[in-house]
Amino acid sequence: MNKELTIKIGGEAGQGLVTIGTVLSNLFSRGGWYVFASQDYESRIRGGHNIYQVRIADHPIWAMSERLDVLIALDRETLRLHFSELHDKSVVIYDGEKIQVAPPGGKAKLISLPMDRIARECGDPILANTVAVAATVGLLGYGLGYLEEYLRRVFGKKGDRVLKENIQAAQRGYEEAERICQREGEACPFKLRPLDVSAKILLSGNEGVALGALAAGCKFYSGYPMTPSTNILTYMASKADQFGVVVEQAEDEIAAINMVIGASFAGARVMTATSGGGFDLMTEGLSLAGMTETPIVIVLGQRPGPATGLPTRTEQAELRYAIHASHGEFPRLVLAPGTPEQGFYLTAHAFNQAEKYQIPVIILTDQYLADSYFTLDRPLDPQKITIDRYLLSEDELSRMSDEYRRYAFTSTGISPRAIPGQSRHLVMADSDEHDEFGHIIEDRQTRSRQVAKRMKKEQMMEQDILPPNIYGHLKAKNMIICWGSTWGVAHEAMTRLHDEGKDVAMLHFTQVWPFPSRQVKDVLKDRDELICIENNASGQMASLIREKTGLAVDQKILQADGRPFSVQYLFETIQEVIG
Amino acid sequence: MLSREEYHSGVKEAWCPGCGNFGILNAEKRALVELQLAPEKILIVSGIGQAGKFPHYLRCNFFNGLHGRALPVALAAKLANPELTVIVHNGDGDCYGEGGNHFIHTIRRNPDITCIVHNNKVYGLTKGQASPTSDKGFKTKVQPYGVIHEPLNPLALAISLDCSFVARGYVGDLQFLAELIKAGIQHKGFALIDILQPCPTFNRVNTFRWYEERVYHLEEDREFDPKNQLKAFHKALEWGERIPLGVFYLHPKPTMEEQIPALAAGPLYRQKIQPSKVLDIMEELSALS
Repeated sequence: MNKELTIKIGGEAGQGLVTIGTVLSNLFSRGGWYVFASQDYESRIRGGHNIYQVRIADHPIWAMSERLDVLIALDRETLRLHFSELHDKSVVIYDGEKIQVAPPGGKAKLISLPMDRIARECGDPILANTVAVAATVGLLGYGLGYLEEYLRRVFGKKGDRVLKENIQAAQRGYEEAERICQREGEACPFKLRPLDVSAKILLSGNEGVALGALAAGCKFYSGYPMTPSTNILTYMASKADQFGVVVEQAEDEIAAINMVIGASFAGARVMTATSGGGFDLMTEGLSLAGMTETPIVIVLGQRPGPATGLPTRTEQAELRYAIHASHGEFPRLVLAPGTPEQGFYLTAHAFNQAEKYQIPVIILTDQYLADSYFTLDRPLDPQKITIDRYLLSEDELSRMSDEYRRYAFTSTGISPRAIPGQSRHLVMADSDEHDEFGHIIEDRQTRSRQVAKRMKKEQMMEQDILPPNIYGHLKAKNMIICWGSTWGVAHEAMTRLHDEGKDVAMLHFTQVWPFPSRQVKDVLKDRDELICIENNASGQMASLIREKTGLAVDQKILQADGRPFSVQYLFETIQEVIG
Repeated sequence: MLSREEYHSGVKEAWCPGCGNFGILNAEKRALVELQLAPEKILIVSGIGQAGKFPHYLRCNFFNGLHGRALPVALAAKLANPELTVIVHNGDGDCYGEGGNHFIHTIRRNPDITCIVHNNKVYGLTKGQASPTSDKGFKTKVQPYGVIHEPLNPLALAISLDCSFVARGYVGDLQFLAELIKAGIQHKGFALIDILQPCPTFNRVNTFRWYEERVYHLEEDREFDPKNQLKAFHKALEWGERIPLGVFYLHPKPTMEEQIPALAAGPLYRQKIQPSKVLDIMEELSALS
């Protein structure tokens, strides 16, 4: 039987709930369990109400569940806000010496553990996090082995005292939980032991994308901090020495994109990442990359707008923006991964495509995908990644005449690319309309030919198009349509619908531009219901499908409250639609 | 031996007759010949405005980017390939107005690039509006009663940021300007050369004659020491009756590219790409999780 458990940790910002959640996620991954962990946080460093959810299962999971089995309440507010989510067997862990709570009134079991006191007795109130983790695994009967191993690895370098205190705090927390279990018999009805399989790997969406960039040889990264893309900047900086990357924090997003353009012009593979507001500032540079035919990769991690919106939450409202942003017309590629694994392979693909067509490529993610941790089905495989730079070789350059034409007219629209300083050939790029050499022109003939040359590349990009993937029954009458980060939640909802005997399949887009019109038309025609699922208010994909295929998507399940869809909600809503 | 002709691009200049830009082009060619820098080793990055057209008229690699955005492009190109001699040509509106933020922060980074600003104290390409360096009272169609804002003082600003080389040139003094450009290129670190130039079309105040009556060489002041930041700042405030030319401030220090570990292995385009290194991360992660 499928076994699974959801733990939710709630409290104020700064109380350590992310630490507790992260450590728990790691311990269960290490023990071979599939884990999905997501954060729901406010835009503040201290106070407020934040939660961290960890779903643990013995089978692959890609989304959050509505079940709440174990609630770790670090403050009273958590109990108040989440009490209604508890079921009869749920367990609430809290520190009764710190938080006064009224008797639960039947629902769920309250377990008070003096986490703060144990921490102080072990030497430092900060150890309360370790006590909380230990108590949780203690109640679940998970054993202390992985936690001790974890503490040794993390605190081993910080000196004997810190490590010793942590180990002691873990042991005390664990023993206290065991004592409660013995005293009260079935204190916690859930038991999880490490599985007899190899350790699983946890990865967030942002880490998947960043690793894809590193694998593809991104050698220059610049960015301006902005949620939810800041931790791509942090991640790249943390791997800069290992992978030989120049990482620079720009003064603004305008500088960030102009920097990656400059580094790419000088021959490096480059990336920058931002969110909607930062992307606004980048649109000028995006156009520059289009005109100068400079390959760049931009990660656009969406969050709810307009303006500052809900800065720490999620939305998919920039699909239209990503495909249309900037002045003028030029080809671009827009990819939308649904998991960290897709993020890894698609980002590597983005680097090849950017250089093949000398275009900007946008990776469209969102806060939900960016920040959530997923269990990888299998380790990322760099052997599946090819590096195709499409640059003129030293040999080709040595055989070329002295006069190099950066924007030479060719049958494909792609001009052979050289790098300044690499040979005696001069490389000249211009944001003005230019002739084949790169010099400013004004005449209509050259202008028309250069426009045609640039746009021709878009036709050629057809050959590399990634059509949307179909999941479930190929011939199903009802088709769920989704793109990007909703892959996991839609997939789970579809699986549940299958279990109920429903005739439904799912179409998921990972490439949204150039739009795979032909493939989509073939797949979507002759279905009873087309149901588009989008984390936005207007149904941008639904309208894009209509525009590009003529097919009307009549059913739209939209949500723009800043939160990701839940499986339960999708399951119920789709069921209502298809009857 | 590289001759002056090696730097001629053959492209016809689209500047007004009598434009100060011709002087800058001449001086720069002179400096390049003296330095014997091969055109393929030079990268000129420019913005938009009359100065932005500059690299089209000089044989070299170039990236003629956007208005105000030359510096971030130049900075990153230098980081990607420190073997290139990177020179930036931009105007006063370009560098100090639209690109003001980049100007401040590129100075802080101290990359080894030379930033040449064609400062004619007026917007030329858009036909005569005030620029950030226009003096108070300067009348235009947009400022009919004269400019009421304080002018931006690029030298004082750069010195306050401890810019490693700060100089002012003047197109009416070509040999001196060529020497300044040469010194700026040779200087290891960010070199700002603000060049005063009349705009014969849109600036009827700051003319050749106006400048001739005022400019003098800093070297004439025997007391002056360009290594003293406070004195340099004080000097940079001098404007009006007398206008100093030359190197105001000099503070050699490590360049940005010298301090980046990844660049020890040479230009980025020559560095090997190794996707297999991801396996190390996978190993770390499975041990970590």
